Amino acid sequence: MTTPSVPLLQVKNLRIEFPTRRGILVAVDDISFDIAAGEVLGVVGESGAGKSLTGAAVIGLLEPPGRIAGGEIIFNGKRIDNLGFEDIRKIRGREIGAIFQDPLTSLNPLYTIGRQLTETIETHLALTHTQARARAIELLEEVGIPAADKRIDHYPHQFSGGMRQRVVISLALAANPKLIIADEPTTALDVSIQAQIITLLKKLGREHGTAVMLITHDMGVIAETADRVAVMYAGRIAEIGPVAEVIHHPQHPYTIGLMGAIPSVGDNHERLSQIDGSMPRLTAIPAGCAFNPRCTRVNDVANHRCTIERPSLLPAGKTMAACWLHDRLGQQSTAVNQHTVTV
Amino acid sequence: MVDLMRRFFDGDVWHSFKRNPLVIVATVAALICLLAAAFAPWIAPHNPFDLKTLNLLDAFSPPAWTAAGKSEFLLGTDDQGRDVLSTIMHGSRVSLVVGICAVFLSMVIGITLGLISGYVGGALDAFIMRVADIQLSFPAILIALLIDGVARAVIAKENHDQVAVYVLIFAIAASGWVQYARTVRGSTLVERNKEYVQAARVIGRRSLAIMFSHVLPNVMGPVMVLATLHVGTAIITEATLSFLGVGVPPTQPSLGTLIRVGNDFLFSGEWWITVFPGLALVILVLSINIIGDWLRDALNPKLR
Amino acid sequence: MSSAKILLEVCDVAKEFDVSRPWLNRVLEGQDKQILKAVDGVSFTINRGETLALVGESGCGKSTVARLVCGLYTPSRGSIVFDGVDMAKVASDELRGLRKRFQMIFQDPYASLNPRWRVGKIIAEPIVSHGLATTRAELKARVGQLLTQVGLSPLDADKFPHEFSGGQRQRISIARALSSNPEFLVCDEPTSALDVSVQAQILNLMKDLQREFGLTYLFISHNLAVVSHIATRVGVMYLGRLVEIADTRRIFTRPLHPYTQMLQSAIPDLKMTGKQRTPVAGEVPNPLNPPTGCAFHPRCPHANERCRRERPNMIEHPEGGQVACHAVEERRIDIKIAA
Repeated sequence: MTTPSVPLLQVKNLRIEFPTRRGILVAVDDISFDIAAGEVLGVVGESGAGKSLTGAAVIGLLEPPGRIAGGEIIFNGKRIDNLGFEDIRKIRGREIGAIFQDPLTSLNPLYTIGRQLTETIETHLALTHTQARARAIELLEEVGIPAADKRIDHYPHQFSGGMRQRVVISLALAANPKLIIADEPTTALDVSIQAQIITLLKKLGREHGTAVMLITHDMGVIAETADRVAVMYAGRIAEIGPVAEVIHHPQHPYTIGLMGAIPSVGDNHERLSQIDGSMPRLTAIPAGCAFNPRCTRVNDVANHRCTIERPSLLPAGKTMAACWLHDRLGQQSTAVNQHTVTV
Repeated sequence: MVDLMRRFFDGDVWHSFKRNPLVIVATVAALICLLAAAFAPWIAPHNPFDLKTLNLLDAFSPPAWTAAGKSEFLLGTDDQGRDVLSTIMHGSRVSLVVGICAVFLSMVIGITLGLISGYVGGALDAFIMRVADIQLSFPAILIALLIDGVARAVIAKENHDQVAVYVLIFAIAASGWVQYARTVRGSTLVERNKEYVQAARVIGRRSLAIMFSHVLPNVMGPVMVLATLHVGTAIITEATLSFLGVGVPPTQPSLGTLIRVGNDFLFSGEWWITVFPGLALVILVLSINIIGDWLRDALNPKLR
Repeated sequence: MSSAKILLEVCDVAKEFDVSRPWLNRVLEGQDKQILKAVDGVSFTINRGETLALVGESGCGKSTVARLVCGLYTPSRGSIVFDGVDMAKVASDELRGLRKRFQMIFQDPYASLNPRWRVGKIIAEPIVSHGLATTRAELKARVGQLLTQVGLSPLDADKFPHEFSGGQRQRISIARALSSNPEFLVCDEPTSALDVSVQAQILNLMKDLQREFGLTYLFISHNLAVVSHIATRVGVMYLGRLVEIADTRRIFTRPLHPYTQMLQSAIPDLKMTGKQRTPVAGEVPNPLNPPTGCAFHPRCPHANERCRRERPNMIEHPEGGQVACHAVEERRIDIKIAA
């Protein structure tokens, strides 16, 4: 779903740092992406890739000492990364909602879900208490909670895991936000419940026109839910493009390796293709392309470019991949390039 | 060993120490007290227990900086002509020996009972914890007094002085083991369900071996903090008991004895005989408490 | 060591946990005892050299079965026979000797290694415990050999677990499990906590080791895709019972039990075939209060009166394997062949 007008969310050159006594660790290093209104962007990557931090930065919930050290986050045409505490609080919930991984800790165990819902609704929408309660019941029915008018007065511990996650989704939708950040919303759930939640998210996205930034490590969930996907590695975007393209025709060697490593029912059950080594620690990110020590194609690029220069996102097939293999224009390493070496 | 030291100085604990001036001062103070006490027989200016060197004419000398003071007695003398500074150094020795030994014994009892209680569980756990609960409802001093009193009744009078220090150590240890047992039991309950303990059970190791070789190293952290703070409490307990007259025998005066003895002279004007030992006690225990407090925060992974 | 075909035989094994509140509370509040039937009558065999996978969702009892097989729990009823020896009836000395023939690999790579022990000591523990090495040099050499076999370096023996990543810690766990030269490994969700690319490495490693040493695996997992890669036979569990068990190929191409079919269709569609999915109703019931008769009947589209009353037994199916389902037995289900 593309729109010719300004995208709903624009992240430009975002950089997130953690000052530690051993020096400054760069957790997210100069990433840029957009989310259009009503679109579902999947952000996929393994642990340590920086995807959760990106989501936290967008909604203004980055835990100190982590901080946004560069770049801009523009939501609905206005910059939001440099807002004060009060201003970001007004946006949070009303314009941008969030769903986190663990439904157990996302809900306050001491309050009924009805109270948590009406509190959110009243905070962001100008409704009376009775109106807010009616809307809350509507929301619960929409997310599939049976007997919503009775269950609205139950406490979180009286719901099962899947039901709790539905409640969390209804909380995120309560004020009709334009964008929802969903951080691993199905990881803690059983596979059958996961399927239910995915179906629900898709339906709600369609009906409310809400854009979703879906952060997960599970490519299968992305395949079913997302329109576009960004693959992150070591704090950078390795590849970004339409979901079907990235999955069926990956262009970046990391994405190719990742897709080969995912087991699937119906494969021929021989060895899974594996990527040797592991993701670099934040303290030891290689120069040039962060993936180069593990890349099987590193010698296909002239002049050891992969170890010297960090690649920018280049058009590759129908996606964009940060890989020198796709650099049609400048083959010489002396070509002028905006990206300097970052470590 | 070198490896251990290198890892220590590289670690967060040392880093936190370097940045905390109060703790550095406290550590220096505690070290001075410790060294002064340890080497007292060699570095004290006088020997307060050698009757031949005492001179009653020197008695009740005020501190050296006052008008009537004598320069050889820096902090003055007591009613028998003993140099107060020297008695403090020797007294600290007794106090520290009793305090540290008591804490050590307390740790051994508490950790063992806590480990067994947490790991084995069931009726044994319930029994040990009830004993602990009962003991906690009595003030520690009372328990120490009780043990001391029983010992005095049981042991022949002529042996009292010889065994007094051992009885005192045992009494203080017995009154303080519960905190270790409880902490270790709590940590053991958590560690017991972790997979590395299950792995050891699958390998076929016996419960006792698992408790002491696997679980114990992982529950020692909070114990070190408790022990540091407990040294302070143990010294104060010993001082209290000695002050009450049921602690160390008069032949081996501790800081508490000195305070008691000096107390009699407080209102007749010879304030230095009780104030300086009191100050020494306060500095020692305060330093130890500051160190213990800092250690608790430095070792807490959540605060790092 | 006999070379009989069946290495492990589990017969009608059950495990109950008493999760009642303390006695005083129960008396004052008039509550009954609460018994959790984590495993309620499970039977299967594992042949030498094969990999049996147990799959199911949370609360189905598969992890409990793994722990029962390893002797971490004692069964409330039933028997576990390892290479002809009934584990419950054997003297504790003989049991200790038996323990070097099987080992376990755990799910959490962070909690399964003692954080205060060096890696070399961790791996050497089974060897030392069973007295399999006589000199320190021999021990050190063996530890180095094991580290190399799992893809690490012998120099890693001096490091501590926290210096390694999750995948590397799982390799250390595998090295420890192999150190006593076992024949049988119980793997409790060994890759569930790992990233996808690391998971691929570990699964490949496990397959290689199985080939090299002739190992037999009991592999517990909730991930059907992983299981399809590593298992020769698959058993599906639901609420403490086995509902279906068959060869991997049969289970995935022709799942017979309605729950197996449901699990299959719930797998996210990575190939984006756009398959239609019938949304599954309901959630796993509370194991403290399981449904009567067949445990799956509240969620089953084929449930009838008999399903509500009578618990189905495992019966052999002509297409291979066994299924516990009245609807299958009565041929009431029209089985579509899965893609």
